[in-house]
Amino acid sequence: MKRALLFIPFGIFIVLGFFLWKGLYLDPKDVPSALVGKTFPAFDLPDLMSEQRYQQNLMTGKVQLVNVWGTWCVSCKIEHPYLVQKAAEGVSVIGISYKDDDEAARRWLNDLGNPYAAVVVDAEGLLALDLGVTGAPETFIVDANGIIRYKFTGVITAANWAVIAEQMKLAEQAL
Amino acid sequence: MKWLCLTFVLFMSNAFAVVDGYQYQFENAELQARFDQLANDLRCPKCQNQNLADSHAQVAADLRKQLYQQIEAGKDDQQILDYMVERYGDFVLYRPRVNTMTYVLWFGPALLGVVALLTFIVIVVRRRKNTAEAAVQELDDAQRDRLNALLQDNKND
Repeated sequence: MKRALLFIPFGIFIVLGFFLWKGLYLDPKDVPSALVGKTFPAFDLPDLMSEQRYQQNLMTGKVQLVNVWGTWCVSCKIEHPYLVQKAAEGVSVIGISYKDDDEAARRWLNDLGNPYAAVVVDAEGLLALDLGVTGAPETFIVDANGIIRYKFTGVITAANWAVIAEQMKLAEQAL
Repeated sequence: MKWLCLTFVLFMSNAFAVVDGYQYQFENAELQARFDQLANDLRCPKCQNQNLADSHAQVAADLRKQLYQQIEAGKDDQQILDYMVERYGDFVLYRPRVNTMTYVLWFGPALLGVVALLTFIVIVVRRRKNTAEAAVQELDDAQRDRLNALLQDNKND
């Protein structure tokens, strides 16, 4: 009995060691989004290309990607060609022009191609705040009912597309 | 002591400095204090270990502005915290809420303290009992003679 008690510190060490070791492989930047499972927030914002205004119903009808971007964001430039490619393959992508100059944004889409079915202008960044956006690029998967299913922070590339495709499939099936 | 006080005051004032704070001045000192407190207690969602007061990130600036506007609009602390958590999750709270997820965090240390205290008390009580038992052991005559002989021996050296 006395003997067994002596192993308590060793046991604690093993448990602690296990959790610390696990912690080494966690990404501290991987913060779960508070919006997953919730309805896409309400908004009333202008279109980048026309006088039209968009509301919440833009996000319903089918599974879509909602991509938050800006011409000031270097990573977005890296991501852009891949989005163009995916849009050409039939993926529906909505753009949110985040705290950007409209003229620069239009020029960017003219020069580099436009992957977006629609671009919502969020000049004040208030929609982005409602979405819990911390920077750009960030991409949400929104299902046909307008419910946010997944949030991806960072650049979408061929390397991580599998994750997005998987989540889009799940969003399709959930209906 | 004077230096200690001075250092303390310097650290305190440092903790309440807000980036671009000049933009967010209130007429009312109480509102100002609430703003400073919240900006210090809320974590910048973009950065790993900075609060809103401290961060130069774009999103932190936007949230400071929100904080200012909401306090001006008369929202109370709870409403503002709810607004932040709704968008950015529990991650933004440097002072985590008490719920089933955080019981270990809030009460774990106190529990450990109690366990440590109990262990300490048990050890002390046991040791005291042992020494008390040892003290009542008396020497018999033969032992006393031997002790005297040894002491005598020592003195002669």
